[in-house]
Amino acid sequence: MAHAQHDKYYVPHDSHWPIVGSVGLLVTALGVSNWLNGGSISKFVFFAGLAIMAYMIIGWFRNVIQESEAGYYNEKVGGSFRWGMIWFIFSEVMFFGAFFGALFYARQYSIPWLSGEGNNFFTNILLWTGFEGSWPTAGPAEIGGEFEPMEALGLPMWNTLILLTSGMTLTVAHHALLEGRRTMVNLGLAATVALGFLFVCLQAYEYVHAYTEMNLTMGSGIYGSTFYMLTGFHGVHVTVGAIMLTVILGRTLSGHFTTDNHFGFEAVAWYWHFVDVVWLGLYLFVYWL
Amino acid sequence: MSTTAEAIHGHDHHHAPLTGWRRWVFTTNHKDIGTMYLLFSLTMFIIGGAFAMIIRLELFQPGMQFVQPDFFNQMTTMHALLMVFGAVMPAWVGFANWMIPLQIGAPDMALPRMNNWSFWILPAAFTVLLSTLFFDSGAPASGWTMYPPLMLQTGDAFPFAIFAVHMMGISSIMGAINVIATVLNMRAPGMSLLKMPMFAWTWLITAYLLIAVMPVLAGAVTMLLTDRFFGTTFFTAAGGGDPVLYQHVFWFFGHPEVYIMILPAFGIVSEVIPTFARKKLFGYHAMVYATAAIAFLSFIVWAHHMFTVGMPFSGEVFFMFTTMLISVPTGVKVFNWIATMWKGSMTFETPMLFALAFVFLFTIGGFSGLMLAIAPADFQYHDTYFVVAHFHYVLVPGAVFALMAATYYWLPKWTGNMYSEKLGRIHFWWSAISVNLLFFPQHFLGLAGMPRRIPDYSTQFADFNMWSSIGGFAFGLAQLFFIYVIWHTYRGGVGKATAQVWEGAHGLEFRVPSPAPHHTWDEPPVIREDDQDVHS
Repeated sequence: MAHAQHDKYYVPHDSHWPIVGSVGLLVTALGVSNWLNGGSISKFVFFAGLAIMAYMIIGWFRNVIQESEAGYYNEKVGGSFRWGMIWFIFSEVMFFGAFFGALFYARQYSIPWLSGEGNNFFTNILLWTGFEGSWPTAGPAEIGGEFEPMEALGLPMWNTLILLTSGMTLTVAHHALLEGRRTMVNLGLAATVALGFLFVCLQAYEYVHAYTEMNLTMGSGIYGSTFYMLTGFHGVHVTVGAIMLTVILGRTLSGHFTTDNHFGFEAVAWYWHFVDVVWLGLYLFVYWL
Repeated sequence: MSTTAEAIHGHDHHHAPLTGWRRWVFTTNHKDIGTMYLLFSLTMFIIGGAFAMIIRLELFQPGMQFVQPDFFNQMTTMHALLMVFGAVMPAWVGFANWMIPLQIGAPDMALPRMNNWSFWILPAAFTVLLSTLFFDSGAPASGWTMYPPLMLQTGDAFPFAIFAVHMMGISSIMGAINVIATVLNMRAPGMSLLKMPMFAWTWLITAYLLIAVMPVLAGAVTMLLTDRFFGTTFFTAAGGGDPVLYQHVFWFFGHPEVYIMILPAFGIVSEVIPTFARKKLFGYHAMVYATAAIAFLSFIVWAHHMFTVGMPFSGEVFFMFTTMLISVPTGVKVFNWIATMWKGSMTFETPMLFALAFVFLFTIGGFSGLMLAIAPADFQYHDTYFVVAHFHYVLVPGAVFALMAATYYWLPKWTGNMYSEKLGRIHFWWSAISVNLLFFPQHFLGLAGMPRRIPDYSTQFADFNMWSSIGGFAFGLAQLFFIYVIWHTYRGGVGKATAQVWEGAHGLEFRVPSPAPHHTWDEPPVIREDDQDVHS
């Protein structure tokens, strides 16, 4: 590939992808809202919206990849991409922060308060007599009935190992890319993708097990709420990350990227390490402590 | 595929904008996108203003006059959501789009296609939100804060409101990422960070705030959504959750949010006052650091919105003191603006009038904020019209006046025409008098105990409410006049504007012709070591 470095900042032409994305979001939002309200055909509207979004994402990225391969992005453009990715990941950190905050608040404040701590003696006596908060809990009314909490050992520990290993294989691939050893790049990426999807499968298995065997559901009080919200959004992010890695694998197989010009690879690697770190937080605070 | 091929082959020679609707829908030009943001914001300002007129109409006299209580609540909720997310925030993004590339010598925003998407999500989001007005069960009516359990009782509008907020958040985050990437990566050679205009600085810090807190709002409303539809109990005590948790998460977003709306205003005022005082901004570095300090403090004051909700004593004290600390950097700013004018050679064109009114009236809002920050006193003021008066003082003669100052300041640069100073001054005095008539009596109403968000009131509040409503209608009409002034200027105004526009103006945006050509700073401007157009 010729990587002619243009000296001017590349300002792209008019593009129809953003408006396709906006229409996709609009259709998705209207569809899912009606669906949640009980509309019968609206789920098809929702899926149509998702299809439009998928069409947009594929088309837009195809556009960007072609421009990149044609050498239109100089270092300055790369700088914008880097800042963009960094702050996008920071926004994701803050999104998870909201749910971690909810978890800490429930464990540190609302459960002890419902058990009568601080000046909440009468709350406990009058409203929730006899409730002695401990973690895990489904709350003083035991919403959702008795459940078995998730253990830290066993499957979650394997999942931790899988994700950490995938971070390593990705780093191996990155170093190989820097050194121009293309076979190793493909192998490392393929291993990372495989481990990523394996994680998602095991997580899905864990959910099925929790619902069918442990009576641990989204409705299992605050424990079930925080458990599924945190692990669920993390699982979505792993899935997205694994899809992005698959695309990157497809690109390395097609000979894209050079030793000094491969920000698409790096951006996805940053994202993957981010979901890795979130998992460590999850493992520590949701599964273990 | 044809688009891609075209994009690849035709990019390096200059292309004229497309014609007709295609220009606006497909554009990647920061000026076109900025214009769309500003027009969208103006539209939302009028619709949100119409909702406010309904509120003031109902409150004109005691007793129930025109609307049902539930509809009144829908109006207060929608008024706030439209004004915050539809009018003020997009207006600032519009100014950022138009002016930051011009001010820092960049050919466009850093990520032009994403820029287009950021904008076009907004009409979609507000279509989703406003469509709920036509539902049998009405629009959301729980206030823009959407507290559970009340919010969870919303009718069919509930998921629409939640996803609308998500979409607004996506738009804001992408807009903020674009501003950061532009400011950090696209400055002309020689434009170091501490030479940047204050507007670019305040927007950079605003963008950090946006990226930090919009996702937290998304998290909060997502928990509302799952509590309503998927059986979670984040905000239900029976399941071990707590409705107060929502308030904490919301205000962790909500307090930085109010600085998101005001920091760019500080930037504008810091541009306008030096121009018309014909002096350099006093204490430029202190202004930058004060802005950063305000942004930092905004993250540790949130619970002052919830002093009466039931918090440990240590929490009340902590949030009281941190809140009061904010007056220190804010005071630095106010004194710097005054010091800039000291012994200046001042003239009072319309942008300057709005900026001066901003300094004075925003400070009134700041003082009432200090009163509210005192936790024991807040137990008296909480949820009264005193709070309404406070935040409207910082938002209307605060943020909105700064938006108007900015509009008059740069309108000649955008249109190439000079606005009529006479019409501008009429608009200013009409707005400034009516806005005080509108909001000042609300302080007294609140101190006397009139609760907010209630469509009826005791007869003792009648006189002040009538004055307030008259002020409200007058202020509303003044803004229709504002639109006329903009239209008049667009159609030619009182003649052509020069590139310099204002005698005392500095800044790179005044080196390009008026109107600014479709593409600017294709070749970055030359900034000399002792350049008068940048700060030093």
